[in-house]
Amino acid sequence: MAQVSMTVNGKAASGEVEGRTLLSAFLRDTLQLTGTHIGCDTSQCGACVVHVNGEAVKACTMLAAEADGAEVATIEGQANADGSLNVIQQAFQDHHGLQCGFCTPGMVMSAAALLKENPTPTEDEVRAYLEGNICRCTGYHNIVKAIMAASGQDVSSIAAE
Amino acid sequence: MYNFDVERPGSVADAAAAMGREDAQALGGGQTLIPTLKQRLASPSVLVSLTGVSEMQGVCSTDDGRVAIGGATTHATVAREAASLYPGLAALAGHIGDPAVRNRGTIGGSLANNDPSACYPAAALGSGATIITNSREIAADDYFQGMFTTALEEGEIITEVRFPVPEVSNYQKFVQPASRFALVGVFVAKFADDVRVAVTGASNEGVFRWSEAEAALSSDFSAGALGGLSVSGDNMISDLHGTGEYRAHLVGVMTERAVAAAS
Amino acid sequence: MPKDSGIGASSKRREDVRFLTGAGNYTDDINIHGQAHVFFLRSDIAHGTISSVDTSAAEAMPGVVKIFTGADFEAVGGMPCGWQVTDKHGQPMQEPKHPVLAHGKVRHVGEPIAAVVADTLEQARDAAEAIDVDIAELPAVVDMKAAVANSDNKVHDDLTSNLCYDWGFVEENKAATDEAFSNAAHVTTLELVNNRLVANPMEPRVAVGDYARGTGDHTLYTTSQNPHVIRLLMGAFVLGIPEHKLRVVAPDVGGGFGTKIFHYQEEAFCTFAAKACGRPVKWTSSRSEAFMSDAHGRDHVTKIELALDGDNNFTALRTETFANMGAYLSTFAPSVPTWLHGTLMAGNYKTPLIYVNVKAVFTNTVPVDAYRGAGRPEATFQLERVIDKAARELGVDPIALRRQNFVTEFPYATPVAVEYDTGDYVATMDKLEAMADLSGFEARRKASEAKGKLRGLGVNCYIEACGIAPSNLVGQLGARAGLYESATVRVNATGGLVVMTGSHSHGQGHETAFPQVIADMIGIDESMIEVVHGDTANTPMGMGTYGSRSLAVGGSAMVRATEKIIAKAKKIAGHILEASDADIELKDGTFSVAGTDKSLAWGDVTLAAYVPHNYPLEDLEPGLEETAFYDPSNFTYPAGAYACEVEVDPDTGKVTIEAFTAVDDFGNVVNPMIVTGQVHGGLAQGIGQALLENCAYDENGQLLSASYMDYAMPRADDVPFYQVDHSCQTPCTHNPLGVKGCGEAGAIGSPPSVVNAVVDALQSAGKNVTHIDMPLSPARVWAAMQG
Repeated sequence: MAQVSMTVNGKAASGEVEGRTLLSAFLRDTLQLTGTHIGCDTSQCGACVVHVNGEAVKACTMLAAEADGAEVATIEGQANADGSLNVIQQAFQDHHGLQCGFCTPGMVMSAAALLKENPTPTEDEVRAYLEGNICRCTGYHNIVKAIMAASGQDVSSIAAE
Repeated sequence: MYNFDVERPGSVADAAAAMGREDAQALGGGQTLIPTLKQRLASPSVLVSLTGVSEMQGVCSTDDGRVAIGGATTHATVAREAASLYPGLAALAGHIGDPAVRNRGTIGGSLANNDPSACYPAAALGSGATIITNSREIAADDYFQGMFTTALEEGEIITEVRFPVPEVSNYQKFVQPASRFALVGVFVAKFADDVRVAVTGASNEGVFRWSEAEAALSSDFSAGALGGLSVSGDNMISDLHGTGEYRAHLVGVMTERAVAAAS
Repeated sequence: MPKDSGIGASSKRREDVRFLTGAGNYTDDINIHGQAHVFFLRSDIAHGTISSVDTSAAEAMPGVVKIFTGADFEAVGGMPCGWQVTDKHGQPMQEPKHPVLAHGKVRHVGEPIAAVVADTLEQARDAAEAIDVDIAELPAVVDMKAAVANSDNKVHDDLTSNLCYDWGFVEENKAATDEAFSNAAHVTTLELVNNRLVANPMEPRVAVGDYARGTGDHTLYTTSQNPHVIRLLMGAFVLGIPEHKLRVVAPDVGGGFGTKIFHYQEEAFCTFAAKACGRPVKWTSSRSEAFMSDAHGRDHVTKIELALDGDNNFTALRTETFANMGAYLSTFAPSVPTWLHGTLMAGNYKTPLIYVNVKAVFTNTVPVDAYRGAGRPEATFQLERVIDKAARELGVDPIALRRQNFVTEFPYATPVAVEYDTGDYVATMDKLEAMADLSGFEARRKASEAKGKLRGLGVNCYIEACGIAPSNLVGQLGARAGLYESATVRVNATGGLVVMTGSHSHGQGHETAFPQVIADMIGIDESMIEVVHGDTANTPMGMGTYGSRSLAVGGSAMVRATEKIIAKAKKIAGHILEASDADIELKDGTFSVAGTDKSLAWGDVTLAAYVPHNYPLEDLEPGLEETAFYDPSNFTYPAGAYACEVEVDPDTGKVTIEAFTAVDDFGNVVNPMIVTGQVHGGLAQGIGQALLENCAYDENGQLLSASYMDYAMPRADDVPFYQVDHSCQTPCTHNPLGVKGCGEAGAIGSPPSVVNAVVDALQSAGKNVTHIDMPLSPARVWAAMQG
């Protein structure tokens, strides 16, 4: 067992881990941040996407030991300071970008990374960026729409409800 | 996963020393290795994480005009930092896996693994790159030795990869619909005096050079020059996603497209 | 003008806030103090005789609490099947025993042989590797036709063959149907495969068993669409625990699509083991385990024939289907290829004679059961494909051929035993032609050609049957369960309401949509109403959520219970207002006496119910809480028309969806936003089936598509923005809301139009391709183009 320390959602966090402990397990089991989900074991579904040092990564495919000293952001830290939904979260609700909610934390974290990199993505750019996030409920329509809306683009012409 | 220790060396020397431990294995970005460990298909006693080795990071130009990429450089970094130096390579790196995978996966990790469907082997072989390890330099033509097999010795670490920069280049990937790895990927690079064509995803032998296409393109670098050329499907991978015959056909199509895009 | 609340409003989903902030409570988020973890040692052999399972070395491994094998469950009932089909000779289906842990034989890759309970999951897995299992391998039974032809190699030695049943429907129509075929002017025949799929809800299954030694109470937390059904099946048939000592809780459920309806061994195991080990026992499926332990879907091999007269009227339809059951009968498996498939073979058409034959077959594969649509996609696909093929053979417009044969008068009794109450197939087709701009297709085809792409247009109709009912009828058809739904409406003293329902959301937004209905009935704000579901301890016995039934059946129960509430509240109001309750009107949350200015607020009446000072105690009990059970008198029949435009890359065979338009008639719509979202998701699954998804076994029964590395899930860049419309509304005539159900439509209606479109694209390029089996992967399309 080894001690790891990191900053998670702006707060210091530390704990004992085995070498094999994944960052996702550390977040879920040690820190009880269960918003980071595990949907596969081949690094494809993206339900576990978090940010490490500002970059989107799959928390199920990174060792907790490798995050020692890092800044980690998870879905639990995304809301505004007053607890209200941030722009991306609000757009997901406004445009019905989620159904069962299981893939949603990863989607929101990927969307945040995309918009940081590309503040006004096209539809094709959004779809391409979500290659590593699988949703089984929404058919992606409203996720893509929500992300474009969160970027400030007018989505009223996109086929709607 | 079986349990293991994790070492996080800060230098190549420390990494090499750590690799001397029994059953040690290098950990690049872990995007292939960690899923493999989850299936309990490997049981290293210690993983030597290379992401903290600063001298293995980054992209730069060498004095002789080559592009040097640190072995622990992520795909995302290559996509960004090689864009002006070697656009064909940067574009390839920018389409490996997905964005989160590109933020972790490294060039050294990909080349050390030599997955028969990975993209980087096509770039390295297609560019005639040199794989530099902590102990020697290996020409790409000597490095790839078949599916998941390379010239690396036990404990050897890829510290850098040096790419000659072609006049033009292009990589065309036709993705396997599930994994999004290359069902067939073709990297075409035109240098002043020759053309190299490397194919990934297709062959049971792993990445290979398509010499007939190289010869044809060396005298006439145009998609039309490939007319009538084809590879045999006999030794191609045949699986749920395509027969050897289909892959062989795609090699021709992707090569034409790469040449057309590069021209 | 869109409404901003109540029925017809696109109210934003209240459940979203917790899901968007990481505050959901999924089963894997539940950890009980002292819990142990179970790892299931699963067979890597498809078919074999278990010679021995030696756990002695494993027992001594660190952290091991207890190891279980099939022998530990000999005294326990097998996994029950909830539907008994009677074959064409009047005999019951063959029904094999389905053990919790394999005993005697293994029958599919992934079948659990032993279960190791240990302090940690990794310890359990370490110990599982030390279990010595000796299996004498037998040839695997994989191909269905071979399985039926060869009774020597049987999946179940105690059955007479690998045939579960040979079902004929309607047997009395067979001779007349055959006669019609011999008199037909034209017969179109098509042989096709409806590919095996894996449901793949993004949340893998989880079960946590807990046992209170002091009281003898069992609790199971599980990822279920229907916790009451699990409680009944597991308690009564497997473990022998009475319902009052067994609580089943399904908290937030991360998608289901059918595969979380069924009662699984892991649920029974964790419940059983929690008592046997004296500790809570938790199992979390990995995705790799899910591929070989979640019930699969579809997997039909069909020959369909359509007979037409000289005027292109459909005169008869005949099908023969082999339906894969897998190694065991999953909970509702026998009903899927029969009552959920044969009864839909009329589609939207007035074909007078139909005969459906289904042979259900045991193979050494994972059990197959309901997956989004369940039987209805299989019916729709073959029917809409054979009609398209017929149109091409006859050289007529496929839309015109459909229109000519539409059912146009309702109610309509089909020759396959169901009665459509309402519908307007002409209206949905008219709407589709306009929305999808079909008249502009040829111009778009030319534009694609200019880019070197082959463009194709595919259209199809569909009908489905939702809210399967009534219970007394389905009982005659072999169902071993009722198909009603329940709701208890509890009004609190200060006027807020809690609706406790047996329906259970796994993404459908019940917590938002159900209050819209009640808010409208009473005239109060939606935020005053809370939905409680998913826990047998605080909801009335109900059948759960599947088959697009929740609003049509569960919503109707809720309406009935609310009607009782309103009736009682009117009596209370009448007493206080000194008027007859017959004269009391309730509008906008205010009770008033008709024709007077006397009124009373909703909250005043609810307070009076619980503080009954001025109250007719001699005639009326205090309190305001009512329960209703609603058992529908018929199915509902949503229907629609879909259009797909594809481009095919002639060099690679890759198909891209350029446009997809879905026009559905769902009857009345409560929350249009949610309904549209349900269609979107269904479309992606239907497009996934048509182009991407393929659960494949090799001849040894090894699963070839055992992870997302080989099972192609639709991603964001595989699908377009969809055009969806549900403005054609013919309300259901037999439920109080006039609703029909929307959850499965997209998955039922979309595969045929995708395949029709690809065939159109290839034929327009002069290729002699009449059919390609799904999924239409690039490799398959390219191979078809090579002739």
